[in-house]
Order: sequence, then C-alpha cells, then structure tokens
Amino acid sequence: MPYPPELKELIKKVEATRPERVEKKRKGIEVEGLSLEGREDRLKKYHPDYKEDSRREIRVGVSKGYAISPEIVEILEARSRVTPEKINVDKVDHETDVLVIGGGGAGASAALMAAGAGAKVLIATKLRLGDANTMMAEGGIQAASKVETDSPYWHYLDVMGGGHFTNEPELVKTLVNEAPKVLAWLEGMGAMFTKDSDGILRTMHGGGTSRKRMHYAGDITGAEIMRTLRDEVKNHPEKIDVLEFSPAVELLLDDEGKAAGAVLLNLDTEEYVVVKAKAIVMATGGSGRLHIRGFMTTNHYGATGDGLIMAYHAGVPLVFLHSVQYHPTGIVFPEQAEGILITEKFRGAGAHVVNVEGNQFVYEREPRDVEAASIIRECSTDVGMGVPTPNNKVGAWLDSPMLDIVHGPGYVKKEFPGKYILFKRYDIDISKEPMLIYPTLHYQNGGVEYKSDGSTVLEGLFAGGEVTGGVHGENRLMGNSLLDVTVYGRIAGISATEYALGRKDPKGLNLDHVVKYHTELGELGIKTERNAPVILPDYTNPDVKNRQVVVAP
Amino acid sequence: MTTQSIPVDVTDETSQSTEETLIPINVMGRRYMVPDHLTIMTALEYAGYQLTRGCGCRGGVCGACATVFRMPDSYRIEVGLACQTIVKPDMFLAQLPFFPQNKAEYDVEVLEPEQGTLAGLYPEIFKCIGCGTCTRSCPQDIEVMDYMAAAIRGDIARVAELSFDCVMCGLCTARCPAEEAQPLVAILARRLYGRHIAPRAAHLAERVKQIEDGRFDEGIETLMAADLEALKEMYVAREKEPDMPDPDWRPKDKSHL
Repeated sequence: MPYPPELKELIKKVEATRPERVEKKRKGIEVEGLSLEGREDRLKKYHPDYKEDSRREIRVGVSKGYAISPEIVEILEARSRVTPEKINVDKVDHETDVLVIGGGGAGASAALMAAGAGAKVLIATKLRLGDANTMMAEGGIQAASKVETDSPYWHYLDVMGGGHFTNEPELVKTLVNEAPKVLAWLEGMGAMFTKDSDGILRTMHGGGTSRKRMHYAGDITGAEIMRTLRDEVKNHPEKIDVLEFSPAVELLLDDEGKAAGAVLLNLDTEEYVVVKAKAIVMATGGSGRLHIRGFMTTNHYGATGDGLIMAYHAGVPLVFLHSVQYHPTGIVFPEQAEGILITEKFRGAGAHVVNVEGNQFVYEREPRDVEAASIIRECSTDVGMGVPTPNNKVGAWLDSPMLDIVHGPGYVKKEFPGKYILFKRYDIDISKEPMLIYPTLHYQNGGVEYKSDGSTVLEGLFAGGEVTGGVHGENRLMGNSLLDVTVYGRIAGISATEYALGRKDPKGLNLDHVVKYHTELGELGIKTERNAPVILPDYTNPDVKNRQVVVAP
Repeated sequence: MTTQSIPVDVTDETSQSTEETLIPINVMGRRYMVPDHLTIMTALEYAGYQLTRGCGCRGGVCGACATVFRMPDSYRIEVGLACQTIVKPDMFLAQLPFFPQNKAEYDVEVLEPEQGTLAGLYPEIFKCIGCGTCTRSCPQDIEVMDYMAAAIRGDIARVAELSFDCVMCGLCTARCPAEEAQPLVAILARRLYGRHIAPRAAHLAERVKQIEDGRFDEGIETLMAADLEALKEMYVAREKEPDMPDPDWRPKDKSHL
C-alpha cells in the first residue's frame, strides 16, 4: 500500500522544511529538551498512564490495594486455568534441576548459564524457542564499552533519570556493571555486532542517553542475539531439554511451601504435563498482547503476562506495573503493518519527528514516555497538528530521508535493512519518503519483585527479564531491555543452579496455593468469567466464534 | 484450545476500514471470503482460525509463519511470511509451521574458521545442484544459492554477509531438491565470523577488566547514596556526546571514566 496522493501531498511539507532542519543538525543545533518539571507536566497531561481509569486497585492477593492497568487486574482477579483437584501432581512427567519457564532472551541466557554451572535444565516455552520480544528488539543493547567517553557510572545516571529516579538502585548497579561483560559474552558466542574494521564497536545514542552506548547488529539486534542464543542452547541437548508449545500455567510448591515445579500445557494435545524441579527461573517476558488501554502493540504473539499470574498466585508481589511503556514510534500506516515497531535507532541517528506542517515539536531523543506523550499531544485535538491517515487514524512523520542527507546516500538502506525491506513490500522507499508513526504499546516496565541475585520472596523461584520490575523504574530507556534479559537471565540461571544443587529432593508437590487463591476470590465476592494465564490472545473473528458449535462428546 | 477473547476494542493489525471488499482465498483447499487488505495471517483469523502454530512475532522477523501458495493461472509456487503478505484473490495456500532440520552440535569457540569447517559439519552442502530454488523461495530476498556456493568454497565471511537477514523460516529447506538445511549452515557461518574472523573489540575487553578490578564501584556507590535532589542535579548537569559522529570527542569531565 504506497502512500495515497493526499499523503504524498503532505510529504511535500516535510520536504520543504528538511533543508533547514538538516543544516541545523549539521551545526549541532537541536530542539531544546524538556526540563525535568516540563517532562513531568507533559506526562501528567498526555501519557496514557495518567488518563482517567488507567489504573485500578487489585482486590486480591499479596499486592492487594496496588493500582495498576485494569487489563492486568482483570486477569489477576480471574480463576486459574487449572482446576487443582483434576491434576495428578504425583505423576511427574519430567524431573530436572532447573526449570526455565520461557524461551526468549532471558530464558535462553538462564538455561545456558545453568547448564554451564552443572545443572540439568528444562526449558518450557509457549511457542518455539526464540519466539519472544527479544527477537523483535531492533535498536540495540546498551553497555558502557567506550573507555574514553563512557563508563557504568554515566550509564547508571542515565538509567535513573530515564526511570524518573524511581528505579531500585541495587538492580541498576548490577545492570550497568554487568553490561560490558554480557556484551563480551555475546561477542564470544559470535553475535555479529556492527563494528569498524579495527574491531571498535559502533555505538549511537538512544533516547535519554548522555553517551553513545547503543550497540547494534544492523537493525535486527534482538534477532541476532536471540538466534545466537538459540543456536547455542541447541548445541547442548544432553544438558538442556526444550519443550516447545508447552507454556507453564501454574507453579507447583512442595510441602515446605517452596517452588518445586510447574504444570505445563501441551498446546497440541491440550493435556497437562507435570514438571518437578529443584529451582525455577521465571522468564516469561511481557504482556503487550493484553492490549492495555486498547493500544496496538509491537509485542510478540505470546506476550500475555503469564509469569505475573503464576508468580502472583504463589505469593510474589508485583511492582512498577503502574507504568506501561508506549514506544513513541509504531507504524500507523500502511495499516497492514500497524503497531509494528520503528526502532528508536532512527532517532538515535538523528531523524526528526515532525508534524503535519513539517515542523519539529519535540526533541527527538527524550526518554520514551516523554517522547510518546509529546506525539500524543501533537496529534490530540488540543493541538491538532497530527497527520490524518486513510484508515482514520492520526500520526506524526518520522523523517528518515534526512538521514541519507546527513550521513550520506545509502545510509538508511544499509543501517536499517529490516525496515527498508518491510516498507519496500508496500512500495514505500523510506530513504526517500518519511514514515508515519504513532505511539504503540511496547514494554512492561514492571513485574514480579526480585533482587539483584535474581531471587524472589518465594524460595526456589528466580526471575529475570521483562517479567520482573524495578530495574527500569517507571520508564525503561532504549537498549536496556536486551541488556536486562541477558544480564538478569544469566544471573537468575546461575543463582537457580546454586540453589538447586544445594537442595534436597522436593517432596509433596501441590497446588494448594491455587486452591487458597480461589478461596480468597470467593470470600471477597469477586465474580469472574475469566481464566488466567491468558496464554494467547484471541483475534478470531467474533462472528465466527458465535457460530462455533460445541459438539457433545 | 480454548482461550478467551480479550475484551478490548482492537483487532490487532486488522483494524477494519468501513468499506470492505471481500475476496476468495483457499486455505488448504477450503474457500473463505476475506477483506482484500488483510495479510494472510489476519485473513486466517478473520476466517475463524485461532492460531497456535504458524504465528510468532507478527512483524516479519521470527520466521514462524512460512507460507506457500499458488495462483490458479500459474504453475509457479510462491512463498511468503503470512504476517507480511497481503492476500490475493483465488490464491491456494498452506502454512509450513515446522520443517525438520538436523542441527550439528559444535563449540564455536574451539572451531577453527577454516575452508573446510562448514563442510565438515554439514557435508551435504556438496550435494547442492545450484538450481536456485532456495533463492526463489526466500521471503527475505536473500541470495541463498549464492551463500551456499560460498559455503562450498569455504568463504565463511561471504556466507555471513549474504545471510545476515535470514529469519530461519525454513522455506528454502522445504523446497531444496538437494535436501540442504541452508539456515543452519548460515548461522554456523555467522557465528564463526563473529567469533573468529571479525576483529575483536579491544576496548570492550579493557572495560570488562576495569569493572572486574572494581574501578567504578566507588563512583556508583556515591550515586546510590546521593539524595534525590543531588542525583537530579548530577543528571541534569551531565555532558551530552554530540549527535554528529566525532571520534575525537571527549567529555570535559573525565572523572568516572
């Protein structure tokens, strides 16, 4: 779907302001960023987190009274997908030292470290190994690798500021100190980061960074990291067993109340599978497919927040879920690609965000929440400077063609091959025409509470990656999610192994915590039609669903 | 399986226009009428499918939704990723959510990036007949046959370069008359390249050593102990590396480096 004539007409306005904007960029003249107070005001007025009805108190469980997105509250207040009395937990199908729940970046990192530390590992994953948000992360991974301009100290400061100083300091310290180590680990496994001929890693800015520390592999950094990790996991079949299409649906506890396994669901046969484990790593990732506040999402098909539910049923508190990350730049046209991520790397390279008149209205590298709120504001009726799309939406332009002028011809095609190909399929050449964007649901800032050694309050349960909350505070910076999944995936894998190898064989596996949770729901008078975890979103045509006949057995 | 509808007013990538033109498509031989602007994936959902296999990132990078199709007026087999390909009237399609491939096991650190390394682990590469079906079957427009030729020559760097955009969907493998597993050869080459051929980042190794020596611990402890106002001040005052590339730029404040 190429741009229709009315949009082509509007693109002329972007072209008209481009020479002057490029000239300023060359001279280092930037639109001024918002002050800390300005940021706060912008967020309060325009960020979806602050809208009326965007938060509701959880009525049940250990974080009772905590107000978060209603879409998540609804599934926290749902009944378990498991009917405990129908599950025979005494018949164990798989037994392992470390059970890793989730086969994305965090899960694969955890599994590799656990296997390396001597554990027998089982990965249970909902779809295929590597089907995860990690695969879709485009822009890069932050690490203070440049010895003459940067250090973990400055990385720490950027992370804290980006998270509005709400982040857990201990978690941030570990993140920034481990960052270069993780990068070296990935380099050692052969991940093809973009480098100069002398081996110097190329880096660029991201929103909210003071130094260029975003490392990348073309514009498919996450895919490169994920396929490398996946390949390495599959190099160790004697140590790491992988169960695909087998999402976990509840944790199992032992007679001392420690985590001791999980109930999985075989998605092909729909039978349950009982796994006994001495330690568990929760690495289920995010929840974009819950479509918080009705937003389109950049997330993977399986991102339904299952880990939050399982951990919460077992008594692990949830933190920082009151803030949700909307990525400033999701595709809003062509509609077939709606919601798909346009990497922040475009803005990192200096691409301007402009309105229908071709004018800049925000510094292109504000922290994500501030950037998103600013785009929402510009497109709102308050300002009315958004670009109308043929499918009755509104967006702003991301001026990619200016990068070919600033950095030289061919830059866009070379540095953004993934996005170049994607738009080419719709007969749009993004090195010549700008992209039409609008904020899209991107990242679960919060999640289960954990410590910097990956442990949770539930003995035997460890966690890492997007399922957790705290390290990013209320807003994650670009390039810190690939970092989070690898840093904390590894740590969770190591800690889980230490715990597992020192633990006696768990006895008396049970689902009593689920029974208790159901009792609490009943006592509170919470009525629900729903079951959780959600497992997969359902985009089936509702007309068809209404006609689906249930045949009696 | 029985999952529940998510009660929100979204239909994902299928946001409906007001006027819809319906066209016929044939899914594994069964005919459905679907809006003409949908991708194959969203058309399947429109037709009533709840996808489990054959659906992944929905953004064209994970390779879960390999699809083959034929148009009634052509003998050619066409391919695409279901999440990226718009439906065509009267197409006959089937998904290939899984195709068996036997992966070699190796330790990339001890492997040598030599001429015979790829062939040593995947000797079947010599069976390639150079027919080009793989290249025609690639939804990413990768020159698969060319990288297989490079693999046979032992040119690891060339394989890595040509195959970089591979999403490992397996369509080339499914259609290969020589029974190759091209994506596995390609990832081995990329890992060998990244590990042994690309120059190592000396600055990264140096930085890791500095961290292990505890060089930044004191500075970070100071930040952790600082009160909110002091931290905000330090944040606002931090020097920003300029946008335009300048390899000679150094911060004025060289503390904590």
